[in-house]
Amino acid sequence: MTRIKQFFNSFFFYRFIRDPVAIGSFIVLAVLFISGFGAPVIAPHNPYDTTTIDIMDSELPPFWYPDSDSRFLLGTDSQGRDMLSTMLYGMRVSIFIGLGAVTLQAFLGITIGLIAGYKGGRFEAFLMRVADVQLSFSTYMVAIFFGALFQAAFGMGLYENFAIPMLIFIIGFAEWPQYARTVRASVLGEKKKEYVEAARVIGLPSRRIMWNHILPNTLTPVLVISTVQVANAIMSEAALSFIGLGMPVTRPSLGSLIKAGFDFIFSGSWWITLFPGIMLVILILSINLLGDWLRDFLNPKLYKG
Amino acid sequence: MKRDRGLLSVENLVKHFDISGGLLDQLSFDKGRLIRKQTTVKAVNNVSFTIQAGETLSVVGESGCGKSTLARTIMGLYPPDSGRIYYQSERIDHLSSHQMLPYRAKMQMIFQDPYASLNPRKTVRQTLEEPLTFHHRNLSPGRVKEKVAEVMTQVGVAPQWAGRYPHEFSGGQRQRISIARALMVDPEFIVADEPVSALDVSIQAQILNLLMNAQKKRGLTYLFITHDLSVVAHISTRVAVMYLGTLCELAPRAELYAAPRHPYTRALLSAIPKLGRKKQKHIRLSGEVPTPIHLPGGCVFHGRCQYADDRCHREIPELKRLSTGTYVACHAVEEGRNQP
Amino acid sequence: MGQLLAVKDLTVKFALRRSSLTAVNNVSFSLSRGERMGLVGESGAGKSVTGFSLINLISKPGYIDTGSILFEGRELTGLSDEEIRQIRGNRITMIFQDPMMTLNPVLTIGTQMVETLKAHGNISTRKAEAVAIDKLRLVQIPSPEKRLRQYPHEFSGGMRQRIVIAIALLTEPALIIADEPTTALDVTIQAEIMDLLITLCDLSKMGLILITHDLGVVSEVTEKIAVMYAGKIVESGPTRSIISDPSHPYTKGLVKAIPGNIPPGEPLHQIPGMMPTLTDIPAGCSFHPRCEYAGNICTTQIPDLAPVPSRQSNVACHMISGRLAPSDIGSAARRKRQTAIAEELPA
Repeated sequence: MTRIKQFFNSFFFYRFIRDPVAIGSFIVLAVLFISGFGAPVIAPHNPYDTTTIDIMDSELPPFWYPDSDSRFLLGTDSQGRDMLSTMLYGMRVSIFIGLGAVTLQAFLGITIGLIAGYKGGRFEAFLMRVADVQLSFSTYMVAIFFGALFQAAFGMGLYENFAIPMLIFIIGFAEWPQYARTVRASVLGEKKKEYVEAARVIGLPSRRIMWNHILPNTLTPVLVISTVQVANAIMSEAALSFIGLGMPVTRPSLGSLIKAGFDFIFSGSWWITLFPGIMLVILILSINLLGDWLRDFLNPKLYKG
Repeated sequence: MKRDRGLLSVENLVKHFDISGGLLDQLSFDKGRLIRKQTTVKAVNNVSFTIQAGETLSVVGESGCGKSTLARTIMGLYPPDSGRIYYQSERIDHLSSHQMLPYRAKMQMIFQDPYASLNPRKTVRQTLEEPLTFHHRNLSPGRVKEKVAEVMTQVGVAPQWAGRYPHEFSGGQRQRISIARALMVDPEFIVADEPVSALDVSIQAQILNLLMNAQKKRGLTYLFITHDLSVVAHISTRVAVMYLGTLCELAPRAELYAAPRHPYTRALLSAIPKLGRKKQKHIRLSGEVPTPIHLPGGCVFHGRCQYADDRCHREIPELKRLSTGTYVACHAVEEGRNQP
Repeated sequence: MGQLLAVKDLTVKFALRRSSLTAVNNVSFSLSRGERMGLVGESGAGKSVTGFSLINLISKPGYIDTGSILFEGRELTGLSDEEIRQIRGNRITMIFQDPMMTLNPVLTIGTQMVETLKAHGNISTRKAEAVAIDKLRLVQIPSPEKRLRQYPHEFSGGMRQRIVIAIALLTEPALIIADEPTTALDVTIQAEIMDLLITLCDLSKMGLILITHDLGVVSEVTEKIAVMYAGKIVESGPTRSIISDPSHPYTKGLVKAIPGNIPPGEPLHQIPGMMPTLTDIPAGCSFHPRCEYAGNICTTQIPDLAPVPSRQSNVACHMISGRLAPSDIGSAARRKRQTAIAEELPA
């Protein structure tokens, strides 16, 4: 109880409720997350259940068209799936991959950055060169390479089952140097401080100093880049799906929905591609706005000079 | 012959830092040839002294003279390049971190910056409990709590504030907490690196009193690193003066202030602003302060010394004992040339 | 000696969202031509804000609330930015603790000095260089012609501070405000810079306001001092008499807290507690929670800075003998305290 009270009295909360952009994007994001993860409960249809799908319902327009069906609020896609339900399920997949990839990135990057920054010397030089090499490959290049390899090796059938972990792995692995660099930079700053020397004087082993003393003090920048990275990971996934190397159409993410609808855009069924597109933009925008606010809050020097 | 090594003894300690960076940074072109150049900071050069149990040995010197490096090398934070460090006649400078553990509970350190020396993410209780539980693993939680409260009371911070974070305290209070952390393991020997330099005068007096009190009660031995000569005059038993990584004079306090021998000590003492008394003439040192990267040959002080002669340019003076108990490293003193 | 600067009832506030904080409260002092004055206090006492506000260098949200600053017969409060710039860096110059605050690391010191001169007057580059060399010689920099072509990083800390002083001297100011000019320097260098400041002030009849926390430095350099506590001057007067025989309990405490005035190893005198922050300055005399002499009146009434009989100093304290009627004091214990302080102080 006191914790909660403390939070509401904190400067963080004070600044938050006085910033309309922060509140707005937080509310939008919360609604998207809840409806995404609550999709099985909220969504009117289950797009994964092929028995409920009727091909005769395909390409029905949204509700304001005269030939729309009242069962499908935002119309249906080419396979007859309800757009709204498919989008909610798709967003769940997108967010899940985004968070999963960022968790993997953060785990790899923080560990490597922390060890490199604390140990220093040749070890650091080696790890940071590896990070440089990794960064010099574009994320998409790595992802396309591995994605194509997976598909060729396992075949489409197996690929559908492993698509989510594979995408998490690809996107997570491609972007860990961002974290490693950020963490290493702040570890180098923290390492010089006297509280670290005090911990060494006590005789604490390096591992404990690294994880218990230094790491908690480097998490502020990690938090800031995490928001950007979640948005980036969702974008990466959408892009991969769009070129056909991401989620299969049977378990669509927002990206694969956009791609699926793209083929019908000239046949007049614009809603199949536009609605997921708008949803993706709103999702990314609200994450980025919230991230910007967080960055400004945690580091006021950044813009005040 | 068994030597008296006191509580802590440092023999011919040398610590240099390589600041030339990676291999690529070291390479440079000189007259058309590629050469590799290494830059080292010669922070501590051949320093020897002994600290007796129960005394306060102060090391004074100006910024960059290597006094903080000396303190950190003694604490094992930097490995020495050469030389030996003895604690109670046991050599400790080459021990592994595991072998060093028993000494970690006996030797502690207090730092200069009260804002950097406490982990901002840990409460006072967490900061104080850590050294205790680490060195005494089978202590009951009740006993740990008791001990934290006891030490906090001793340093003058109310124990009910143990749940707070460092940023909720003022500089003086943080320094008290920092001292409490050092006292948690009941050490015998404390290295204090400029513990009052960052504090205001009235707070400085509080902290110095606290340190002197703790020494009286616990029989502590201090190695006190500072640049403030009036603080040194107040608390030390003996004083060591350092210049550019070298010890130039080591003397009992009263002796040093009454009859400074080394020309540098004299200049240093004459530079202290005196309160209320008529302004005295400062001894002006000529020349620029050399950097510890390009140490002058011979006596490191010769470029700024009014008594320097040929020998001072060539030969490094040794620390020699005078009849008064003063150790001084100066050719001019040895030859009696140091009278103006 | 003519009057150079007269500050009267200066109050500087910092605006907050709904309220404001008073950083400098009703401060008055004056300075004659060629006089050296020290503004002494611990961090947060308002000494730097006072110094900066003289030349309107306080950054937002700070502002001068009330008071007057009369410099060479001209009122400085209420001048436009352009008008104050004519005076700042010209008639009044500043020296900061960190020389690199004044020096631009990417320009040679020659360029910086010439540009300063050109900004404040119509002068040819050649003439400006001659002036610069002259000033560098004045601050005892060897071979100034050569040094003019060097960059700040090629100088040591003490040398940089000398150059900053030389830059401050370029326009032949009537007043220099020095904010902790020697704090970052080693003792031997500090002594040299202090000697230099004294010589320069004597030489060109320049006024000096030295802002510092170091009573030792102040007592060597200045002729008079003002001791500040929580935004107010608590004691002011000739340096020698205040340092050797302070009247205000806070000044007494400060002087006694310095090691060197009592036998080595003895406990130092300590003032209990610490200076209040600007957000919670106590009512009445702001020093009363830390004061061993405080009586009832001290908790309610703000003492005025007033002359002490038989002394040359002004003190803001109720407990100076002869100031109070016994009814103000309260309990017998308080009265005893007052007699104690009365014994210490000549009536």
